[in-house]
Amino acid sequence: MRVINLYYFYGKTRYFTSSVTDLLHFRLRLNLWIQYRLMHKSVSHRREAGVGVRVEGVTRRFDNGVVAVDCLDLDVGAGEFLAILGPSGCGKSTLLRLVARLDEPQKGVIYMAESQHSAADRHGLGRRAEIAFVFQDAHLLPWRSVLDNAALPLELIGMKRSQRREAARMALEQVGLGDALNRYPNELSGGMRMRVSLARAVVTEPKLLLMDEPFAALDEITRQHLDEQLRELWTRLGMTVLFVTHSTTEAVFLAERAIVMTPRPGKIIEDMEIDLPEKRTSGIRATAQFAAETRAIYEALERGET
Amino acid sequence: MSEKKAGFIEQVLPPIIVLIVVAVLLEVYVRWRHVPIYLLPAPSAVLASLRNDGGELYPALGWTAAAALIGFAGSALLGILIATALSASRLVRRAIYPYTLFFQTVPIVAIAPLLVFWLEAGLTSVTVCALIVSIFPVIANTLVGLRSTEPALVDLFRLYGATPLAQSSKLRLPAALPSIFTGLRIAAGLSVIGTVVAEFLVGQLGDRAGLGIRIVSSIKYGHTDRVFAAVLLASLLGLAMFAAVNVAAYFTLRRWHASEKE
Repeated sequence: MRVINLYYFYGKTRYFTSSVTDLLHFRLRLNLWIQYRLMHKSVSHRREAGVGVRVEGVTRRFDNGVVAVDCLDLDVGAGEFLAILGPSGCGKSTLLRLVARLDEPQKGVIYMAESQHSAADRHGLGRRAEIAFVFQDAHLLPWRSVLDNAALPLELIGMKRSQRREAARMALEQVGLGDALNRYPNELSGGMRMRVSLARAVVTEPKLLLMDEPFAALDEITRQHLDEQLRELWTRLGMTVLFVTHSTTEAVFLAERAIVMTPRPGKIIEDMEIDLPEKRTSGIRATAQFAAETRAIYEALERGET
Repeated sequence: MSEKKAGFIEQVLPPIIVLIVVAVLLEVYVRWRHVPIYLLPAPSAVLASLRNDGGELYPALGWTAAAALIGFAGSALLGILIATALSASRLVRRAIYPYTLFFQTVPIVAIAPLLVFWLEAGLTSVTVCALIVSIFPVIANTLVGLRSTEPALVDLFRLYGATPLAQSSKLRLPAALPSIFTGLRIAAGLSVIGTVVAEFLVGQLGDRAGLGIRIVSSIKYGHTDRVFAAVLLASLLGLAMFAAVNVAAYFTLRRWHASEKE
């Protein structure tokens, strides 16, 4: 920033200088320009796939007087997978909406660590695409094919048709739907629809993925498959994930860290690391360590009830 | 294949049987009781009129169809436009929507002579009348469709910073299509009624006389069989327009909407 200011200053004074100093200034400007380019280059080398989120003293009170979230503090590291648990009405969904800027808190601030180069910026687009949201239901546009559904976010931020279709095709292949591109949502099973929703979320290469009980409406087998797919996707892409769920086993399987919230007013009562190996396959659900972690979250949930 | 055929016959056969039975009963009754033709023409007399008075009736059908189609197209375009404007702002909706009810409640028989008076007797006054009669269902249904967009999808569009224009064209309008077609189905029939009512009051127009004008003159001369023939043609016109909207709805919605899935 300092460098850019200098640049501006020298540009302004140019009118009052002789031809000799003109030449001098030209060299100076050239130097500044090179410095500027170098600085940006070093930033892009430090680029991370995830972004840190910091929630400070956030309170959200609804018009009917219910305090959904009360003076909440939360620090999520870049690239972390955080599960958020708690009974209905404890403000989990509200918290996600606040982080996504879909809702405004009455008090407090939510920071996202600044990053110079996002996936969207590489295409010269806005920074909003850094955040993606997956809802409880797939919420696809029924009049669009699978491919055009997955390409929607890129379309909305103004990417060209051929580019966004290519990106959507790749995202769909990542969730195993490479052969369903031209089908329509009502021709798909619930699990497939949710995978399209997931592809739509990752198509912008977001740095922060917010998921609000995404697999809750699916049957157990489908849900476990999707959990495995999501975990794999996260290991590969490395974005930060905030994952709201009611299921303790889902939280343990997916997350590196879990928080448990209580309702009225919404507060965090437990914040724990999940101590399992980085690589998690379906077999891990049968291990003793998995059971122990599940039990720990379950006990925290029970504490919150009383 | 055979299953599909059976379904088609099951659909088409019952109404045709009802039509034949009613026509035969009517024919028998008229012949048996010797009902005079100016009171109640037998179905055979109506068919004969369709054949013999064709030179007068079919051009009339053409004029009525043209007026109804223009009126219908106008109410479709204007109705969707007005509903979109109303859905854009709560203030505009509160200020304007009550007045759109005027189209629904206006006694068209009373207002039609005024239209003829203001716009001169002819195609313009007739189409405007058709438009007034048929626009309200389009506005009301489109508005319902536009306002029942899923909140989560609106959130999704907000998340990616979609402009209001993109929100309308890529989310609200497509989502409202099933409701819009419901409105258009109702408007299709109403536009024919509006046209015929207006024609009633336009009076004799020489060559350009629509079905409504033919009905009035036929009543005057006691040609009840021709009245029935004209009424039949007007109903068939309404049915054809209704069917055309259905076909359009089918091809637009069949890939994704439950109402056209069968």
